[in-house]
Amino acid sequence: MKALRKYLDRIKPNFEEGGRFGMFRSVFEGFESFLFVPNHTARAGVHIHDSIDSKRTMTVVIVALLPALLFGMYNTGYQHYVSAGIDAGFVSTFVYGLLAVLPVLVVSYVVGLGIEFTVAQWKKEEIQEGFLVSGILIPLIVPIDTPLWMVALATAFAVIFAKEVFGGTGYNIFNVALVTRAFLFFAYPGAMSGDSVFVRAAAKTVDGFSGATPLGQINMAPNEAIGSFRVVDTLGNPISLWDMFFGLIPGSIGETSTLAILLGAAVLLFTGIASWKTMGSVFAGGIVAALLFNMAGTTVAMSVTPWEHICLGGFAFGAVFMATDPVTSARTETGKYIYGFLTGLLAIVIRVLNPGYPEGMMMAILFMNIFAPLIDYYVVRSNISRRLKRASIK
Amino acid sequence: MANVIKIKRGLDIHLRGTAANVILEGKPSETYAVLPASFHGIVPKVVVKPGDKVKAGTTVMTDKNKPEIKLVSPVSGEVTAVNRGDKRKLLSIVIKPDTGTTDYIAFGAKDVKALSSQEVKESLLEAGLWPFIKQRPFDIVASPADTPRDIYLSTFYSAPLAPDFSYIVRGREDDFQTGLDVMNKLTGGKVYVGIRRGAKLPLKGVEVIEVEGPHPAANVSVLINHTKPINKGETIWTVSPDNLITIGALFNKGIADFSRLVAVTGSETTERGYIRTIAGCTIRSLVQGKVMEGVDKVRLISGNVLTGVRVSKDDYLLASDNQITAIPEGDNDHDFLGWALPGLNKFSVSRTFLSWLMGKKKEYVIDARIRGGKRAMIMSNEYDKVFPMDIYPEFLLKAIITFDIDKMENLGIYEVAPEDFALCEFVDTSKIELQEIVRSGLDLLYKEMN
Repeated sequence: MKALRKYLDRIKPNFEEGGRFGMFRSVFEGFESFLFVPNHTARAGVHIHDSIDSKRTMTVVIVALLPALLFGMYNTGYQHYVSAGIDAGFVSTFVYGLLAVLPVLVVSYVVGLGIEFTVAQWKKEEIQEGFLVSGILIPLIVPIDTPLWMVALATAFAVIFAKEVFGGTGYNIFNVALVTRAFLFFAYPGAMSGDSVFVRAAAKTVDGFSGATPLGQINMAPNEAIGSFRVVDTLGNPISLWDMFFGLIPGSIGETSTLAILLGAAVLLFTGIASWKTMGSVFAGGIVAALLFNMAGTTVAMSVTPWEHICLGGFAFGAVFMATDPVTSARTETGKYIYGFLTGLLAIVIRVLNPGYPEGMMMAILFMNIFAPLIDYYVVRSNISRRLKRASIK
Repeated sequence: MANVIKIKRGLDIHLRGTAANVILEGKPSETYAVLPASFHGIVPKVVVKPGDKVKAGTTVMTDKNKPEIKLVSPVSGEVTAVNRGDKRKLLSIVIKPDTGTTDYIAFGAKDVKALSSQEVKESLLEAGLWPFIKQRPFDIVASPADTPRDIYLSTFYSAPLAPDFSYIVRGREDDFQTGLDVMNKLTGGKVYVGIRRGAKLPLKGVEVIEVEGPHPAANVSVLINHTKPINKGETIWTVSPDNLITIGALFNKGIADFSRLVAVTGSETTERGYIRTIAGCTIRSLVQGKVMEGVDKVRLISGNVLTGVRVSKDDYLLASDNQITAIPEGDNDHDFLGWALPGLNKFSVSRTFLSWLMGKKKEYVIDARIRGGKRAMIMSNEYDKVFPMDIYPEFLLKAIITFDIDKMENLGIYEVAPEDFALCEFVDTSKIELQEIVRSGLDLLYKEMN
C-alpha cells in the first residue's frame, strides 16, 4: 500500500492544472479517492466527521443489489436451458447467464461513466459516485435480449438529459435508471415487450415453449377466464405463489426474484441507507390497490391477489431500489408516506387498467418523481403555517 | 413541578479524553489578548495603543455601532501590540500582565435586588461584561437598547467531551445565583434555565426546565423551541453559564474577574482535567506538557470538536470558551480502499460500517479528516435525525443558500444559531459546511434588516 501511495504521490503533479495530463485531472482524482479515502482535514466548521461518505453509501447500495444481480444471471441461464430442454447443471447455467448479462452491465457502465468522467473533467469537478448505482440498476431492469446499442443509446440519453443537464448527482428530478428504461420503452417498444424478449431462448425450443411473462399472460387473458385462469411457466405448467417469490420466471434480468430483492432490502434498511417509510408505503399502496380491485374483480387482472402483484414484475424491485432513491423521492418524513403509498397504488392501477402494457411500476415511480417536490412543498407548508399562526408580526 | 423536555433526535459522540474532575497546574501565560472574534456582531474600535498601562477592567475597545458596548482587559499590565489582519481587520489586542498581583478597577459590589434594570445594564456595560449576553435572532451580542421577551440558558453542556458545569460551578454557586438575579432584572419575561434531568441545582427565581436526551440537549435553541419558540419580531437573550458566574462576581465582588476553569480534553492529551486561568490566556499556557508531542500532528481546538475554533499554541483562548480539545490531525493517514472495508473502528451513525458491532458505549478517537468529497445534498432525513426542533433543517438551509428572505423567515431562521447545525454537519454524507452557511445567512439577513 505504501508503494502504491508513493507512486500516486509521484505522478500526481502531472495531473494538476497545467501538468502534462492536466486534462485528466478529475479522472486521476476519481481513481485516487477510489484507492485511498481522501485525507483532507476540516478547515472550517466541525472538526470531526462521520466516516460515511457518498462512496460508502453507493457501495452499500451495490452490495444490496448483488443478490438480485447474481440471481438474475442464474435465471437467465435457467430460462435458456429450459427453453432448450436441457438440464445443464448449476455451474454452466450460471456461467451462461453471466456471459449473457455481463455485456449489458459493461455497456451501461462504460457509457454512463464515460459521460460522467467527461462532464466532471469539463466542469473541473470531482467525479461523483451516483452512476455507480444507476449503472448496475440499468442492466437489472431491461429484458435480457435488449440489443446492446439500444442500452448504450438509452443510457447516454438518460445520463445527459435526466442528470447532467440538471447539474449532476443530487440535482436530478427523475430516477436515471428508470429514464433509461422509459427511453427504451418508448423508442423501441418492439424490443421491450412481447413474448420473446424476456428469455434468451435456444435456437430450437422445446414444444409448447412460450417466453411470456406472468404479467403478460394476465394482461392477455380473456375475461371469461376469471376463476379458471392460472399463470404458467415457459413450458405451460401452472406456477404457485412460491415460484413467483423465488423468481425462476421470465422477466427483466434483476426483477424476478422477490427473495433476492428482499435480501437487498434488508441490507438497505439495516444500514439506514433507504427509508423504511418509503419502502413500506409502496408495498402498502400496492396491497390496498390490489385489494380494491379484487373487490371489483371484473377482469383477470383485477382478480390478481396483492401477494402475486408484489412477487410479479418489477413491483418489489421498484419499491426497494427505485422508489427509495433519496434524490428523486420525497425528502420530508411525512412526504415519504404519501409518496410511497401513491407510487404503489399507481403502479397497480396502471397494471390492472392499462390495456396496452402489463407493467406499471416504471411509470408510477417516474410519475411520482414529478410529484415528490409538490408533496414536500405541502408538508413544509404546514410547518410554515404553524409558525405564522403563533407570530404576531407576519 | 418542573417542566420536562425529552429529546429523541440527537447524537452523543463518545470520544476518548473526557476531563477528569481534578485541577491541573497550567503554565503562566506570558501575554493575554482581547479578541473581537470572541464576540460575533461587534465592530471593534480600538481605544488604547501599545505602551498604555491598563488595569483589569480597563476598556480597550468599543463597538463602532453601539459605543456603549465595551471590551475590557482581563488583566492589569501593559498593551504590547494591536494586531491587524487583512483590510486592517482587528485581530487582537495583546497585553503583558503585571508580575505579582492583578490590579482591578473597583466597580463596587452592588445588591442586584436594589438596582433598576437600567442600572444593571449600565454596570454590565461599564465593566465590559455585556458582550457575554447574546441575542436570538442572529446569534450576536445583544443590543442594550432591547428588552428581551425572555432569557434562556443551560446549566450543562452536552457536546462531545464537554466540561462538567456542576464541577465548574462548585464554590461559585453564589455568583451564579447573583448572575441569575441579574438576568431577571434584564427581561420583562422569565428566565428559563435548562438542567439535566434529575440534577439538583438550588436555583431561585427562575423557571427550571429539565432536559433529557442526547446532544444537542444543552443548546438553548432546543430549550426555546420546546418551550416558547421565537416569533418574528421577538428577541431572546442567552448567556453561557460560565459567563454568568463572571457576571455574578461583578456584583458580588465589584470587579471584572475573568478567571475561569478551562477543561483540557481530547484523545491526544496526556493529562486531563481543569486549569484555573483567565480568559484570553495563551493556548500554550494551557497545553504545554499536556499534549502528545509525537510524530503525528495534533489539532488543537479552542472549544469543542463541533463548534470550536482551530488554534495553535501561540493563539489565545477565546473569551467565552471553557475547553481545549486535542485530537489527531490525521492528514498522514491514507486509508486504502476505506469505502469498501468493514470499518470496525470507524464511527458512523449509519450502520454502513461494522463499527455498530462494537456497541454504543465504545469511545472513539476521531481525527480531523473530512473522510469524503463534497457533494450535493443526496441523502434525506440525515439532518432531521439530529435536529430536535420543529424546523425542517434541509429546507431552511436551502432557503439560506438561495438567500430567499421570506422563506428563511417562514422556515424559522430566527430560532436557530450556527451551533444547532453542528451535528447535521458531522453526520452529513455530502460533507457540506453547514454552520458556515447558517452563519453567513444570519449575517446577511442582519445586514438586510438594519
